[in-house]
Amino acid sequence: MTGAADLPAWAALLTALLVLLGAGLALVGSIGLLRLEDFYQRVHAPTLGATLGAGSILIGSMVFFSVLQSRPVLHEILVGVFLTVTTPVTLILLVKATHHRDLDAEQPATKTEAGDDRPAG
Amino acid sequence: MSATILAWSLVLAQMMLAAAMACAAIRLVRGPRAQDRILGLDTLYVNAMLLLLTFGIRTGSTLYFEMALAIALLGFVATVALSKFLMRGEVIE
Repeated sequence: MTGAADLPAWAALLTALLVLLGAGLALVGSIGLLRLEDFYQRVHAPTLGATLGAGSILIGSMVFFSVLQSRPVLHEILVGVFLTVTTPVTLILLVKATHHRDLDAEQPATKTEAGDDRPAG
Repeated sequence: MSATILAWSLVLAQMMLAAAMACAAIRLVRGPRAQDRILGLDTLYVNAMLLLLTFGIRTGSTLYFEMALAIALLGFVATVALSKFLMRGEVIE
């Protein structure tokens, strides 16, 4: 622990609280990923850690470094914005692909027929 | 006193994140279908990024932050590429 000893008490406690909250949310999300039954249920669980969990750890890191260096350290916002933008994109793509696969698994005959008909039509 | 609380809560948070990574890894290994494995990999990436951020707070250096940003980028690209492959791999199958 370098430099954490000269951190004011409120900043240290706030950072500890935020980091614990974020890690707990990430853990709950991952346990949900492990324990839920269906893929469409499971896809919801890790977003708990990717949104609120990551957000609170990033805010804790911002508070820690801003107080430690006594200047606003805001580059954690970059990671936050990036996660907020990319998480929905990746999960929508993944669920779309899964939906395609499930539809193909349900009706393999009609799907292949449609695929065969496509060049003719 | 408060520094001790911070140190211990950081250790506890790292253990929780390691347990979260273990859960994601179990889903990655066990996942019944390919999309479960991709979801596990994505969760593993996010949890590893959070673990690196807590390492950065613990050591008081901002070097870990750049690693976290790189891991977030790589995780996004990997998951998008794998989802795209899943969407088109069906044609090849």
